[in-house]
Amino acid sequence: MTPSPNGPSNNGTQRIDITLESLLDSVSLAEEMCTRIAGAAGFDDDDCFKIGMSVREGVINAYNYGSRKQREKKIFLSFELTQDKLIIYVRDQGTGFRLQDVPDPLADENLLKSSGRGIFLMRSFMDEFCVQPAEEGGAEIIMSKRLRNASRNSPPAA
Amino acid sequence: MRFRATPRLSGKVLIVDMSGSLVLGEGSATLRAAVRKYLDEGHRRILLNLALVDHLDSSGIGELVSSYTAAKRAQGDLKLMKLSRAVDSALLITKLYTVFDIHTDEAAAVASFA
Repeated sequence: MTPSPNGPSNNGTQRIDITLESLLDSVSLAEEMCTRIAGAAGFDDDDCFKIGMSVREGVINAYNYGSRKQREKKIFLSFELTQDKLIIYVRDQGTGFRLQDVPDPLADENLLKSSGRGIFLMRSFMDEFCVQPAEEGGAEIIMSKRLRNASRNSPPAA
Repeated sequence: MRFRATPRLSGKVLIVDMSGSLVLGEGSATLRAAVRKYLDEGHRRILLNLALVDHLDSSGIGELVSSYTAAKRAQGDLKLMKLSRAVDSALLITKLYTVFDIHTDEAAAVASFA
């Protein structure tokens, strides 16, 4: 793991970049780090659980389908805390995928399938969710959760 | 928390007390191996007690579904009881409440196999 924390930018946004090896252990590590970051950012326990679970699913997706479990391929995880939300980026070094090609796990014909629920869980738990081709190749999941008390990071009044 | 599956018999029903994290990796693999072993041993009425399962991801959900379909293929049945909060919310949003027979009471769950 290679963390690369950055201080607050001019607009108060804070960013942390982490590079993970494609290992099973990276999944739980990413979830634990994310849950701590979300807690420190002011999210309640329920939201911390949802954010942590979404990162877990994002990294599982990168590990299984992006890296295809090849350790030498990296998973790039970034957290961006703005004044009103936490934005999370999960990028892999795979061939990419299109969201519209992912089957609906709630469809009757898919209910008994043993896989295919990760994207659905992320979409359910986060406020915003999208997948886009990364400039460097691979897929990039971008998801965010709004802070319920968005003024917590606002600069003090003059 | 490390995943554990401990079986015990109640009449003809094999109750499996599960605890820990049912997630990608050891948790899912342990459940898979355990259920296949119970079916190979001839058990056809399996009741999974999920009261102490504190974490469940898409892989764990998939393994529950896979265990259910394996039991059905073997002409058996697999039911769930005492869902922890984490399991309950995951099964609810993934619509798997419509698939599994889920109980809150052990005696009622055992009786439902008759």
